[in-house]
Amino acid sequence: MDLTRTEVAPRQGRRSRRSAAARLGLVAVPVAFFAVFFAYPVAAIVARGLKVDGRWQFGRIVDVVAQPDIRHVLWFTTWQAFASTALTLLVALPGAYVFARFAFPGKQVLRAVVTVPFVLPTVVVGTAFLALVGRGGLLDELWGVRLDTTVWAILLAHVFFNYAVVVRTVGGLWSQLDPRQEEAARMLGASRLAAWRQVTLPALAPAVAAAALMVFLFTFTSFGVVQILGGPAFSTLEVEIYRQTSEIFDLSTAAVLTIVQFVAVGAVLALHAWTVRRRETALRLVDASATARRPRGAGQWALLAGVLASIAVLLLLPLAVLVQRSLDAPDFGYYRALTSEDGGIFLVPPIEAIGNSLQYAVAATAIAVVIGGLAAAALTRRDAGRFVRGFDALLMLPLGVSAVTVGFGFLIALDEPPLDLRASWILVPLAQALVGVPFVVRTMLPVLRAVDVRLREAAAVLGASPWRVWREVDLPMVRRALLVAAGFAFAVSLGEFGATVFIARPDNPTLPVAVARLLGRAGELNYGQAMALSTILMIVCAVALLVLERLRTDRTGEF
Amino acid sequence: MLLSLEDATVRFGGRAVLDAVGLDVAEHEIVCVLGPSGSGKSTLLRAVAGLQPLDGGRVVLDGRDQAAVPAHKRGVGLMFQDHQLFPQRDVGQNVAFGLRMHGTSKGQQDERVGELLELVGLPGAGRRAVASLSGGEQQRVALARALAPRPRLLMLDEPLGQLDRSLRERLVVELRELFGRLGTTVLAVTHDQGEAFALADRVVVMRDGRIAQSGTPLDVWQRPADEFVARFLGFENVVEGTVAGEAADTPWGKLPVPVGSAQGVRSLLVRPAGVRLVGADTGLRCAVAARTFKGTHVAVRLRPEEDAPRLEAACALREAPEVGDTVGVEFDAAEIVVLDRDGRA
Repeated sequence: MDLTRTEVAPRQGRRSRRSAAARLGLVAVPVAFFAVFFAYPVAAIVARGLKVDGRWQFGRIVDVVAQPDIRHVLWFTTWQAFASTALTLLVALPGAYVFARFAFPGKQVLRAVVTVPFVLPTVVVGTAFLALVGRGGLLDELWGVRLDTTVWAILLAHVFFNYAVVVRTVGGLWSQLDPRQEEAARMLGASRLAAWRQVTLPALAPAVAAAALMVFLFTFTSFGVVQILGGPAFSTLEVEIYRQTSEIFDLSTAAVLTIVQFVAVGAVLALHAWTVRRRETALRLVDASATARRPRGAGQWALLAGVLASIAVLLLLPLAVLVQRSLDAPDFGYYRALTSEDGGIFLVPPIEAIGNSLQYAVAATAIAVVIGGLAAAALTRRDAGRFVRGFDALLMLPLGVSAVTVGFGFLIALDEPPLDLRASWILVPLAQALVGVPFVVRTMLPVLRAVDVRLREAAAVLGASPWRVWREVDLPMVRRALLVAAGFAFAVSLGEFGATVFIARPDNPTLPVAVARLLGRAGELNYGQAMALSTILMIVCAVALLVLERLRTDRTGEF
Repeated sequence: MLLSLEDATVRFGGRAVLDAVGLDVAEHEIVCVLGPSGSGKSTLLRAVAGLQPLDGGRVVLDGRDQAAVPAHKRGVGLMFQDHQLFPQRDVGQNVAFGLRMHGTSKGQQDERVGELLELVGLPGAGRRAVASLSGGEQQRVALARALAPRPRLLMLDEPLGQLDRSLRERLVVELRELFGRLGTTVLAVTHDQGEAFALADRVVVMRDGRIAQSGTPLDVWQRPADEFVARFLGFENVVEGTVAGEAADTPWGKLPVPVGSAQGVRSLLVRPAGVRLVGADTGLRCAVAARTFKGTHVAVRLRPEEDAPRLEAACALREAPEVGDTVGVEFDAAEIVVLDRDGRA
């Protein structure tokens, strides 16, 4: 017996080595991509910030953070993120409940509509709120109320932006919780509230925590919204990094701030990964369509009405005002102005930004889908080891680490040999793809993981090689998810602002960059053109999303 | 031998799920592995299929060691417990899948699919969606799919597990007849002894990753190897006794045993038919604790008045006593088996 064993052992070693090699092959491309376009630029930032005359100066961090104005920025960044998160939960949790448990006409459409803000470019969100609460905005005209000088404009824009995160993450799970669990508790003598507290809340808590952390992350690293609505008074770390880089040209301070933000975001992401793992604990999930019913009684109708009203005021009104402002000149004047050469701001007519944006977005989508798809395939393998799981967390980093970090990193790392891409158009799509990859992975992974391993085994036993198993079993099942992922990557790169603003060349602006530049100029015409460009961008994104909504079957993902 | 397992061992975290299993399956033979859940039956199939690498020992097919052969090149078929039909393909595409993987031409695929659907009793069902099939139909499609590439060995994992009883009883007969006609070599696993006995030329009983007994259904039924096998087959009257000559000393008194039985301290099995009910004044006095109607007979639960394990007797319908009656019990040597020592006792 021992003889046989020693004879067999090496063969098996070979087999497991082969599968390890296959896994490594899948992982290699995404890892290389992240090493060159994420890790290397981040390392460059660190070196730029902490290395003075060739020596490491870690005291720089303390020096920079100790400056009063930087301390003020840190404090504001943190508290506005907490406030935005709390306000978002307050407004959106009732919405999550209504979408999960109530059946009402138009629910599908409304669910898609509330998701639109999430894929809207931050610049558009900022512009829309400017049109609503800013100087000469709707509230200003009606009642002389202006909020753009207060923090409220920022907080409301953050709620607008993140409403869908809560409704999707929490409501998605809520709608799949088996109501009979609560009924079982009721039969055992629990009151309606007690049943909810004892049964539903514990099941939901990890999802609420995950959603809250996502919102916190997005608002902590908020750039476009604050850049447009914050004025000189309010500045987040992201905005400060940009200001230090492009206005004060203090790259070393910017680098230190990036490191500070990197550490903070890393901590939040670690917490998020932990809650997501908790969320994966076994729950009795049922088909969402079976759990919703028509509201009963005055209380439930009032709740539904309240939620619909909040959606109308917070989500729909800003977009409507944006469209109205863009039309506020005779004969589509602002739109026609977009096509004319206007010398000062751009070297090209603003309308050309649309073409640039679309080109970049297509390239970025292709890159993100290939990299993200390979990464997701590697992460799906059941024998995925710790190394691969760690890679999962790494993939999330660019999402949280903020676009400004990515853009700034590209700016200082990829403009000199060995990698000089400064003159290449591919720089912008690369940065946008980096931001899009986490979305691709997050969309693909749950679907790939849901494919029953034994279906693959059934195909293998029938003679399908591993590659054919993937083509014949996995691909048909994930085709939709792949399209959805591509759509997300497209929308993300179309609206990407933070990274692009660093690296887009003046003669090749993208839509968001063009909007921001127009807003930075005085004058009615510039303002109107910004509104018009934003409207175009909003429509493209909204259409992309609504197409996706139709494709999408699984609503349990995070986005 | 078509298939030989030699000391096949699989460990899950230190626990041996397959513990040095040796098993041979000859061409055209139908072998059924029988065992409780967790006894390693499914792992055995997965190891043969190449879905579960071995920690020791060998799988040999047609004289060739399969260690370096991946699942898709082993040329064996496996029908999964819950069928695992491909949901996004219709019935015909499911059946044709293996043929396509083997590069069969489109015309031949269509021909073979039609032939197989005919064979499993679903003629013309090729265009139907998998989701529209009943449990029994899914089972037939899964069988057709597994048979299509003409595997040299067909393996079935709880082939009828999820079907209702009457359907199961009908299908098992159909399957045996079908495999006999096609000359298919079959290795099936099940936890249902009725299924195993009806299907198999040879039954292999597994316990805790080891083979407890192997033999024809009749062998295994008549002479269970040990107490575990006897109890697993549903026999309740197993008791420890000391065998000397043609009698055994047990808590139920002196029992007659067949000539030539092993001697010494042994487990004894008394089949219910060997428990004869007589008048209360002779034999072992027992109270009737319960009666269960079994269709062809009545199973009577007896509680001996002395401190001894309960007994189960099989009675003709008319002769069964009422609950609460007191009866005498005598034993029939022909229905008593002296078991080998339990491997683990």
